[in-house]
Amino acid sequence: MGLPLMIERSSNNNNNNNNVVELSRVAVSDTHGEDSPYFAGWKAYDENPYDETHNPSGVIQMGLAENQVSFDLLETYLEKKNPEGSMWGSKGAPGFRENALFQDYHGLKTFRQAMASFMEQIRGGKARFDPDRIVLTAGATAANELLTFILADPNDALLVPTPYYPGFDRDLRWRTGVKIVPIHCDSSNNFQITPEALESAYQTARDANIRVRGVLITNPSNPLGATVQKKVLEDLLDFCVRKNIHLVSDEIYSGSVFHASEFTSVAEIVENIDDVSVKERVHIVYSLSKDLGLPGFRVGTIYSYNDNVVRTARRMSSFTLVSSQTQHMLASMLSDVEFTEKYIRINRERLRRRYETIVEGLKKAGIECLKGNAGLFCWMNLGFLLEKKTKDGELQLWDVILKELKLNISPGTSCHCSEFGWFRVCFANMSENTLEIALKRIHEFMDRRRKF
Amino acid sequence: MKQLSTKVTSNGHGQDSSYFLGWEEYEKNPYDEITNPNGMIQMGLAENQLCFDLIESWLAKNPDAASLKRNGQSIFKELALFQDYHGMPEFKKAMAEFMEEIRGNRVTFDPKKIVLAAGSTSANETLMFCLAEPGDAFLLPTPYYPGFDRDLKWRTGAEILPIHCSSSNGFQITEAALQQAYQQAQKLDLKVKGVLVTNPSNPLGTALTRRELNLLVDFITSKNIHLISDEIYSGTMFGFEQFISVMDVLKDKKLENTEVSKRVHVVYSLSKDLGLPGFRVGAIYSNDEMIVSAATKMSSFGLVSSQTQYLLSALLSDKKFTSQYLEENQKRLKSRQRRLVSGLEAAGITSLRSNAGLFCWVDMRHLLDTNTFEAELELWKKIVYNVKLNISPGSSCHCTEPGWFRVCFANMSEDTLDLALKRLKTFVESTDCGRMISRSSHERLKSLRKKTVSNWVFRVSWSDRVPDER
Repeated sequence: MGLPLMIERSSNNNNNNNNVVELSRVAVSDTHGEDSPYFAGWKAYDENPYDETHNPSGVIQMGLAENQVSFDLLETYLEKKNPEGSMWGSKGAPGFRENALFQDYHGLKTFRQAMASFMEQIRGGKARFDPDRIVLTAGATAANELLTFILADPNDALLVPTPYYPGFDRDLRWRTGVKIVPIHCDSSNNFQITPEALESAYQTARDANIRVRGVLITNPSNPLGATVQKKVLEDLLDFCVRKNIHLVSDEIYSGSVFHASEFTSVAEIVENIDDVSVKERVHIVYSLSKDLGLPGFRVGTIYSYNDNVVRTARRMSSFTLVSSQTQHMLASMLSDVEFTEKYIRINRERLRRRYETIVEGLKKAGIECLKGNAGLFCWMNLGFLLEKKTKDGELQLWDVILKELKLNISPGTSCHCSEFGWFRVCFANMSENTLEIALKRIHEFMDRRRKF
Repeated sequence: MKQLSTKVTSNGHGQDSSYFLGWEEYEKNPYDEITNPNGMIQMGLAENQLCFDLIESWLAKNPDAASLKRNGQSIFKELALFQDYHGMPEFKKAMAEFMEEIRGNRVTFDPKKIVLAAGSTSANETLMFCLAEPGDAFLLPTPYYPGFDRDLKWRTGAEILPIHCSSSNGFQITEAALQQAYQQAQKLDLKVKGVLVTNPSNPLGTALTRRELNLLVDFITSKNIHLISDEIYSGTMFGFEQFISVMDVLKDKKLENTEVSKRVHVVYSLSKDLGLPGFRVGAIYSNDEMIVSAATKMSSFGLVSSQTQYLLSALLSDKKFTSQYLEENQKRLKSRQRRLVSGLEAAGITSLRSNAGLFCWVDMRHLLDTNTFEAELELWKKIVYNVKLNISPGSSCHCTEPGWFRVCFANMSEDTLDLALKRLKTFVESTDCGRMISRSSHERLKSLRKKTVSNWVFRVSWSDRVPDER
């Protein structure tokens, strides 16, 4: 569904030119994705948000992948480090002016070093990160778009496994003019990417005369909440080498894997490769929005093994630099290895417990989820509840869950899932009590259904 | 080899220009009063370092703002989670009011029409994405900020066509120049989508006159195109006259709430007026709902850190601070500009009479061997490598006349400025010395006279533009 191209304007001014000046195609397109019917869910929440005390029967937001379980750790740390409050030192903030002036697109060195160190810790030291290969951007949203501008030209394509994060439709395509060709995955093998699915996607693009420039995966996956297996990563890299294309791994949830040993980063695979022509096609995206729960601070990064990409990305980051104030505040925290080790460990533990709570609770209600091991959400299977296993059937069920249960969850079709009936349910953006209430509502709903 | 996009291989990033090369040379050998007194003095960086003390003392009196607290209570979580691309309402309100204050409260800005961006670099690019297709053109008066070649063209695929301005009238925009640029576009089969001006101008350091602004509004009305007014230096106006924004002109011409007003957009940023380029705070202001809507969504690619929005909404909401700041900022800039101008004059160098900005547009035509850009580059190299001053050559700003240079004055201490001027004077005297020896004295007098006359004519033609400050 698209917006009309022409804008209504009154033409009662005395100019000779009868052509109304249009906005660009980009401006009027709907590729930003915000006109999808699922935004009704957000609207319903905004109009009637759940509140434990003031609105206990309101809509519970389970469509927002935020991490609110570990703020106390961050707050305590920052309070301890800066008890007098001033970020730049005491008595009128010396250090302020230098920080305020700092707009170097290389980024604050101490901050880049801190990010590199943090990323290494998350991967248990199984891969090294060179701070000079880190390019900072205002969030992973910016990082993914920027990489797309660099790796592909308008009308080229990136292959992305389904189901995928709905925001990619905007981030990878909107202003870049690049296409997404889906790599179809299904529940027969837990939605893992298969070589056949890869070939099929590639062929689909070629048949349509579209040039494929790369594969973009999210590892751990959003919305699946599961890590990509090492074997699959190796196959993916092989595929990219054979087709001579890029591999982008968005590892924004890497710090949210419940058991560190279960995560293999593409960085680990590359670590043991000497062949530059292989390494140079691999790029990693990261952000502090999920693992640290700081989406408001806009901290994202591109890590590339390709010098040309690093250099260009750095220059392009001028359009999306991280506030120097934020870099300064987070630099010392992230390079405090003792603190980050503790944070990563406790955060994983808390997320795991939340995950177990929700999965157990759903099981008791007769609902199964995909076996997950990471992220801020679970991938729930309600296919057995659909009247018709179609997009409309799924939408109908989603609408019931929104209106009757007052739960806003994300339907699989919004993530381009080719199987109907799957839903992404977030569990880390609310208190434990709220989660219990949500589970209770689901229980009661399932009980009611059983009675009919 | 798997390739990268054409954006990588093109020169669209603009970093091969002399503007950036000068920076690189500075980085290799930066001046320091104590540790490197013979180093290169950076005069190519339009930063405002004159009023940090005012902000620092405000921070000392208002510790909550920078420590993520409100009334002593931590709001860390609230800020950490705030990523709404509509921006913080208190911050947009404070921005709107600050912009109004800069314009003497003669015009109003509706916070709902403000779209935040990570700096005006991001704001300008976003506007181009909204207004232009790849291959469409925007007309820009020359000389212009070198960064525009990257910001407006690189990823958008848009084109820039120059509106040629010359020293004959103090580089003002004329009707003829506008029409010529438009016709040039038609000759090249390029669709013109709008005009973009910087007001006050970078690199000229002058505010657009009412005449020019009227001309621009009439022009975009008749051609049915957009006008972007980058008013990033609006708070640096130190001249006798007050700053006239394009919004003033819309109001005075009774064009508010008309179709034309929907095609006029203002870009702003806190990088120059407040000297906070590191914090990445830019804004687009537009009367066109569709543009506000599209630009708001696009701002996802360059949101302002919530921590920064919070700090600055507190700062800018303090009206006692903002009025004191704006007044003091203007005073100090004016005094600094005077210092530079008189120092230049002592070296026999004149500059365009300026009333705004963080730099002067300096006339070094008389120091060129020939009236060519090659000679300008030669002179620039001498100044960079021998005199050790990084200044920006006019050619990097697309000036059509060789011999002009942009020299910044607000990014260093007074002592450093004095030293720079001393070095320049020494250099000029050595050059003049060389020149005088090689020419007959008769010729020398003739050329001196010509120089004096043209300067005088130059100043007179200015009387309707910049009233005498005495």
